[in-house]
Amino acid sequence: MASGVLILAEIADGAVAPVTAELVGAAQRLGAGPVSAMVLGSGVEGAAANVLGVERTYLVDDGALAQYTTDGFARAAEAVAKQMQPAIILMAQSDIGRDLAPALAAKLGTAVAMDTIALEMKDGKLHTTRPAYGGNARAVNGFTTEPAVATVRPKALEGVEGGSAGTVEKVTADLSGIRQKVLKREVATAEGVRLEDAQVVVSGGRGLGGPEGFAQIEELAKAMGGAVGCSRAVADLGWRPVAEQVGLTGKVVSPTLYIAVAISGASQHMAGCSGSKNIVAINKDADANIFKASRFGIVGDYKQVMGPLIEAIKKEKAAG
Amino acid sequence: MHIVVCVKQVPDWDIPPSSFKVDEGSKKVVPPPGVAPVTSQFDAIAAEAAMRIKDAASDAKVTIMSMGAATAREVIKQGLAMGGDEGVLISEEGIEDIDSAGAAKVLAAAIKKLGDVDLVLTGRQAVDWDTGVTGTLIAEELGAPVITFAKAVSVADGKVTVERVLPDATETVEAPLPAVVTVSNELGEPRYPKLPQIMAAGKKQVTNFSAADLGVDASSLGKRLTLEGLFVPVVDTKVEIIAGDTPEEQAANLAKRLKEAKLI
Repeated sequence: MASGVLILAEIADGAVAPVTAELVGAAQRLGAGPVSAMVLGSGVEGAAANVLGVERTYLVDDGALAQYTTDGFARAAEAVAKQMQPAIILMAQSDIGRDLAPALAAKLGTAVAMDTIALEMKDGKLHTTRPAYGGNARAVNGFTTEPAVATVRPKALEGVEGGSAGTVEKVTADLSGIRQKVLKREVATAEGVRLEDAQVVVSGGRGLGGPEGFAQIEELAKAMGGAVGCSRAVADLGWRPVAEQVGLTGKVVSPTLYIAVAISGASQHMAGCSGSKNIVAINKDADANIFKASRFGIVGDYKQVMGPLIEAIKKEKAAG
Repeated sequence: MHIVVCVKQVPDWDIPPSSFKVDEGSKKVVPPPGVAPVTSQFDAIAAEAAMRIKDAASDAKVTIMSMGAATAREVIKQGLAMGGDEGVLISEEGIEDIDSAGAAKVLAAAIKKLGDVDLVLTGRQAVDWDTGVTGTLIAEELGAPVITFAKAVSVADGKVTVERVLPDATETVEAPLPAVVTVSNELGEPRYPKLPQIMAAGKKQVTNFSAADLGVDASSLGKRLTLEGLFVPVVDTKVEIIAGDTPEEQAANLAKRLKEAKLI
């Protein structure tokens, strides 16, 4: 009989990824039995001992997992799932989670709910809520198969810090014949504050009219100690790097202050910023969707507003 | 070289959020009157990826495949107008309501029936459910490797090479054919067919399959994932539009309000 919750603890640069605390919190709150973690990678035994708030940490430590591949991680996770027989498996909607979760679900003959923002137990079964239709709707899903696999949107659920580390249990998996081969991997390095961690994000949209419009976005972000973001249209047009894209297919941010400049607020963009505590919109279209989600708004042309706004904010900051 | 592109017909996604409605009883989206369904955006980009491979290798044949209602013929035609050679439509009563696992089973069965497929392309996610799993599930059904989130796809020497785009990294990954690749928007805009190509697309062959034709028992396509509810979230609108006769005044007032709210 399947029971308990298994979470994927991702390891980045030898450390347990911060999103793990959110998965542990979500898993504990379900009250669906003991919470265990799995750590998959190469040379990650030390990190496995640092996953907190779980009873047990299953470890697949294998040279074949030095780099993420769908085949390698799916087979390793499958081996852990078969060993533990969990009722529920949770991972983050991260680079790894969004690729791994469906592959694992297929191997286990079960279903997966992606990018969920709420989890609850109903009659002993997992129910998930997730945005659909570009964020316009919410879908509530149930499972008829076990284990129920779900990815959780980062920053959507409250994390728990601390707790004790679980007993590490090694699991072996047959990782021969991995078919994907990573020839090259380049990590984008952001200057200054990391977008996902920034307390202030200043984002620009297609309404800026061109990449040169971002000079003022950067200036305002710098004045506020924040990071620069952009809409998908902007990244698609090549005005800004993909690493700055906020939205359904980009990054999810939840800063204290999100300033959206010349962004209409399409649902797929809101999917990435609706967790912000305060949204400020600057848009010349008074009917733009972004205003519906905003606390403060200026209806006007950014070209006329941004210069004075940068000055006014600098002045208010200087006044202390 | 035979490429299959799986395309899905979805309610038009490019509508203002205010005109988006769902019927909570039937758990279905109610499209605004007069707005026709369209090709899921990322699937059109997957078709573009196929056409670029075909442009580079003239022996490539591209089949546009869709599963859904009879109206899905329209999205197949769009792919044929972009340069696809043949179409496959899988229609079956109620088939549009099966979950991703069921859809993958049906699509994989159709791909197997075609027999000689080297590469399967899909969008990274359909723009209705935004799930992003069907490509991977098709790969598992076929026993083929999958590479997700492609911004460039090329084929040579029995291998597919994919530039993957991730929020904080780019990767180049290769896998042996046959393989499945899911395509992301960073690949670029789908080509826009001209009138003669649209006319020619109407004459291209579209083969119809039912689940039975594919040896799939439609009643066995149970739902692993059930839809328990569908609703539009309530957004609490309480925006304070900052007043001011000039942009300078608006800017100064906003800065003041941000200060009062302890946001700067």
